[in-house]
Amino acid sequence: MTSAAGTPRFTDAVPQLHDYLIHSARRLGNKVALVCGGERLTYRDLDLRSNALANALVRRDIRRGDRVLIYSDNTVESVVAFWSVLKANAVASVISPLTRPGKLAHLLNDCQAAGLITDVRHTAAFAEAAARAPHLRTVVVSGSVDRELVRGLPGFVGWNEAVAGEPTDGGPARLNLDIDLAAIIYTSGSTGDPKGIMLTHRNMLTAAASITAYLENVEDDVILGVLPLSFDYGLYQMIMAFRVGARLVLERSFVYPAQVLHTMVAERVTGFPGVPTVFATLAEMKTLAGYDLSSVRYVTNTAAALAPKHIAFLRTAFPSARIYAMYGLTECKRCTYLPPEDIERKPGSVGIAIPNTEIWIVDEDGRRLEANRVGQLVVRGATVMRGYWGKPEATARRLRPGLLPGETVLYTGDSCRLDDDGYLYFAGRMDDVIKSRGEKVAPREVEDALLAVPGVKEAAVIGVPDEILGEAVKAYIVCEAGSTLTEKRIQLECQRQLESFMVPKYVVFVAELPRTSSGKVAKKELL
Amino acid sequence: MTPAHHVAPTQQEDTLLKDRLRQFILANFWVPDAQAIKDGTSLLDSGVIDSTGILEIIAFLESECGVTVLDEEIVPDNLDSVQRIAAYVAGKLKR
Repeated sequence: MTSAAGTPRFTDAVPQLHDYLIHSARRLGNKVALVCGGERLTYRDLDLRSNALANALVRRDIRRGDRVLIYSDNTVESVVAFWSVLKANAVASVISPLTRPGKLAHLLNDCQAAGLITDVRHTAAFAEAAARAPHLRTVVVSGSVDRELVRGLPGFVGWNEAVAGEPTDGGPARLNLDIDLAAIIYTSGSTGDPKGIMLTHRNMLTAAASITAYLENVEDDVILGVLPLSFDYGLYQMIMAFRVGARLVLERSFVYPAQVLHTMVAERVTGFPGVPTVFATLAEMKTLAGYDLSSVRYVTNTAAALAPKHIAFLRTAFPSARIYAMYGLTECKRCTYLPPEDIERKPGSVGIAIPNTEIWIVDEDGRRLEANRVGQLVVRGATVMRGYWGKPEATARRLRPGLLPGETVLYTGDSCRLDDDGYLYFAGRMDDVIKSRGEKVAPREVEDALLAVPGVKEAAVIGVPDEILGEAVKAYIVCEAGSTLTEKRIQLECQRQLESFMVPKYVVFVAELPRTSSGKVAKKELL
Repeated sequence: MTPAHHVAPTQQEDTLLKDRLRQFILANFWVPDAQAIKDGTSLLDSGVIDSTGILEIIAFLESECGVTVLDEEIVPDNLDSVQRIAAYVAGKLKR
């Protein structure tokens, strides 16, 4: 690397996350890297476009370590934006476009975002939220925006205008180290306040290397991205595809399963990452056998347990595929995977620690437990997060001293046991977080939304088993006297405040909530 | 993908169906700006429906409009706007 006197040299000696894109573009420039929304983009296309946007971000005063939110669904622009933010030495946080304006404003302020990259489709939401985010210095919007609606937003610029004239042959100078943050991924916490999981380049490089190793990903892979980029499982499909120079077929969603299946056949998809809700939806399709899915060589599941009947279904539907049951949490990306050849031998297990990590079980006092005893799962490895953004107390509960000085290990808050061979079995969460549609739902967040509804006096929320969703959100409501609230009214009011997967599927009106002797709601009695 | 065979409904039937659809959508989904939902507005792009929402729309069509929605018909061509749903339902009923 050539460098002027006095400026840093060899800054790319140790890889950072965006080197996956840069290296694949150097090696496979003309290969189609991304198929999305009717477009086919090569690695070179993505490299050049992300250089231009990265340069534009720096010109618009995005500095090293700044947080930039990408509020958008699975689009070409979201992909370009993610890599641009990294190239600009900033920290990327992809936020689901289902996020309502109030919560978006909360997230922008939580991490004091300096930048927001979004799309004209989400104008109503982002305009309201951005107006309440004093740290924002620039808002880059793709698509044709009605200027009247964004008047007064800090540093507003259209995407095309922002990148016009920016150099594409290289990005900004590399200032970050691999121990700097690459991403913040927001997740629901049991307190109801979303927590920003801080991940360094090294965290993410380690996780991507580990997972692509056991999935045996290769350049010829064609990976289906049907899960949102705002979900770490969805985001990593892109990261891992680019790591090995594979192709990502990015779908907006799984709303139209038949359309996704057509794409899978047409693109000869080899890797199909899903969650139980996706597989349950497929299992209900009567015409599935009509699709030639023989190109699929592996199917992965995480986010919620894969029921034996789903495993049986996947075997039939994808006869040539290896089926991976996996388990993890965003705080360390992934804990375990069950090698496909063990699926019969270890029914119900979520497998062994992913490569370059180790796991053990502790009791309430933090002492290691022997095999077959249930306790809290602890994870050690370079995948473990740096903590929750701006939440030292919550961080201290999860990250505790590890084996070496200064090292921290992750106390997952999940109850598990290891068998004699070191295979992990998930027993339950230690908090009351609900998993619906593969997404975490904090009962407290839903209860807060319910209590904001005029006429609601008390509310308690639990998860109940559901064939498609895994768990469905169920709310028990005590109304104020004279209230005329209905189930539908409650759901509509919740939709104004919450992402759709958090909205209670069932609402039950009760005269009073069961209480423990200390006065807390006795949720166990509601189950 | 097999969009339903489209047969033009009468003007009146078409308007009636679209009104019912719009009412159903407004009553069941979060629509920040009802005026912004025109006949041709994409329900997915505008954030009105997601994977659960589409199932609710299908349930509505099956129970209230008397059509059976086949797996292959669950495609944006048939369901992604008030206009498209109305045309799809009309096509199914006249078949």
